[in-house]
Amino acid sequence: MVDAVFVWRKLVGAQVRSQLQYRMSFTLDVFGSFWISFIDFLVVLTIFHNISRLNSWTVHEVAFLYALSSITFAFTDLLIGHLDQFPQKIRDGNFDIVLVRPRGTLLQIVASDFASRRLARVLQGTIVLVYALSGLSIHWTAGRVAVLLVSLPSAVVIFGSVWVVGACVAFWTTDGGEFTNAFTYGGTTMAQYPFDVYGTWLRRLLGYFVPLAFVCYFPALYVLGKPDPLGLPRALDFLSPAVAAAAACVAGLTWRFAVRHYRSAGG
Amino acid sequence: MIEVENLSKRFVVRRGRFRRERHVVDAVKEISFGVERGELLGYLGPNGAGKSTTIKMLTGILVPSGGRVSVGGLDPSRKRIELARRIGAMFGQRVQLWWDLPLLDSFQLLRHIYKVPPGRYRESLARFREVLELDAFIHTPVRQLSLGQRIRGELTAAMLHGPELLFLDEPTIGLDVVAKQRVRDFLVEINRDDGVTVMLTTHDLGDIERLCNRLLVIDHGSLIWDGGIPELKERYGGERVLVVDLEGPSEPLQVDGATVERVEGPRQWLRFRGSASELTARVAAAARIVDLQVQEPDIEEIVRRIYMR
Repeated sequence: MVDAVFVWRKLVGAQVRSQLQYRMSFTLDVFGSFWISFIDFLVVLTIFHNISRLNSWTVHEVAFLYALSSITFAFTDLLIGHLDQFPQKIRDGNFDIVLVRPRGTLLQIVASDFASRRLARVLQGTIVLVYALSGLSIHWTAGRVAVLLVSLPSAVVIFGSVWVVGACVAFWTTDGGEFTNAFTYGGTTMAQYPFDVYGTWLRRLLGYFVPLAFVCYFPALYVLGKPDPLGLPRALDFLSPAVAAAAACVAGLTWRFAVRHYRSAGG
Repeated sequence: MIEVENLSKRFVVRRGRFRRERHVVDAVKEISFGVERGELLGYLGPNGAGKSTTIKMLTGILVPSGGRVSVGGLDPSRKRIELARRIGAMFGQRVQLWWDLPLLDSFQLLRHIYKVPPGRYRESLARFREVLELDAFIHTPVRQLSLGQRIRGELTAAMLHGPELLFLDEPTIGLDVVAKQRVRDFLVEINRDDGVTVMLTTHDLGDIERLCNRLLVIDHGSLIWDGGIPELKERYGGERVLVVDLEGPSEPLQVDGATVERVEGPRQWLRFRGSASELTARVAAAARIVDLQVQEPDIEEIVRRIYMR
């Protein structure tokens, strides 16, 4: 494990050095990425310009949820966002090179790129968070701080697992990027809004089955001290780490199964 | 080093735009062969014959559908990682180096991926820098290297961790004569001095003739030749060509035991088996010969004949 982290750092370091070879392009990417995510949040503000509450949620509460989701998604994107390029690796046969190296395949793929330009989105999320906190008066108990601190990495793991499972589709279809994007990028957009505004089937599919409600919605309810508008058990607010662990297991097993399929079917 | 017994690989592919039908393709059909430590083996076959599929099964990329493989005493598909430490692989048409970074950075990354001890890394890098003359471009980003330079880098990358067995897929493809020669010399050297077993697939018959002491030929998934190059010539190259220059243009000669293959002015090409002097005597009886020459079949010609069978 320690060794894997070491190799990951070496490989990611190499990617960052590669990106710095193209400084101008890097700068423009960061700027563009920030601008896009900024406009994304303007949508939220526009909605609240016309209504004062979204179900029971005020603009600052939605902003809080949005910020948590945005920041954790940005971190996920930073770490493994390049998985959306993964179908290309399968198509051009470059996955074979991964298979002749004495390391785990997922480690090599995850370490094969690092989207530093997406740091811009972390910045955007932080700005939105500051805006949210300025309008909220959260009573910071030890429990609330703990839930927040634990749920952030859990959210990254949940997003990451969705991403890995999505990438596995490529082992069968050698494409299917858009299908996967529906769950990754689409899922994030969903997680930025309170889940109680969605219809039942959508909530079930993307909230509980793809456990995006555990990314930020439940922890945010707890931190904000809001009663669940859906009246679900409060124990769910603390379940994010367990859900993250389960999601990671599912992702790991799916990946193994997919690689095994690739190796017997020949891509 | 390598033992292969009745090895098969079957793919199921779907064809058709609307009604997708399943087709079964036998890419490799029950092939068997063995490779001893220290051999330099050529693996030849037309496109789609099953060469790459075989190599992929030997390196643990693909799981066989049937038969048995053992490489260095390991089952490649089960012990992929363990095997990967002991073998090197280079695919001439894929880039294994880090495209935007100086060549040297790729070597350092590979050192960590393969866990090569620092001392051994320094030693082997120093050696490859010298033998493959990497110094002139070792600090250049890979994307700026010429093909020849990049291939030298790829070879170093495949050899840095000191593999016992090296798989090369089209190592000289697209190289000019000088670069080709350098790669060939390198392969001979690591095979002779380090005892590295080398298995290479190629379309370049020059590679085979200069490098290999043994040749496997695969076509339509089956092994159709396993043996030395002289034996191959003996077996398939029995026919030779007598080129005669006559005094002037004439009808194709009618001579027993030979068929005229080509006529170009006074020059005729006669394909024959057996003794050249007897044929020459018969030709001389039919026409006046100004000059003559006997052509031995080259390996290219032989392989063409094998494929056409």
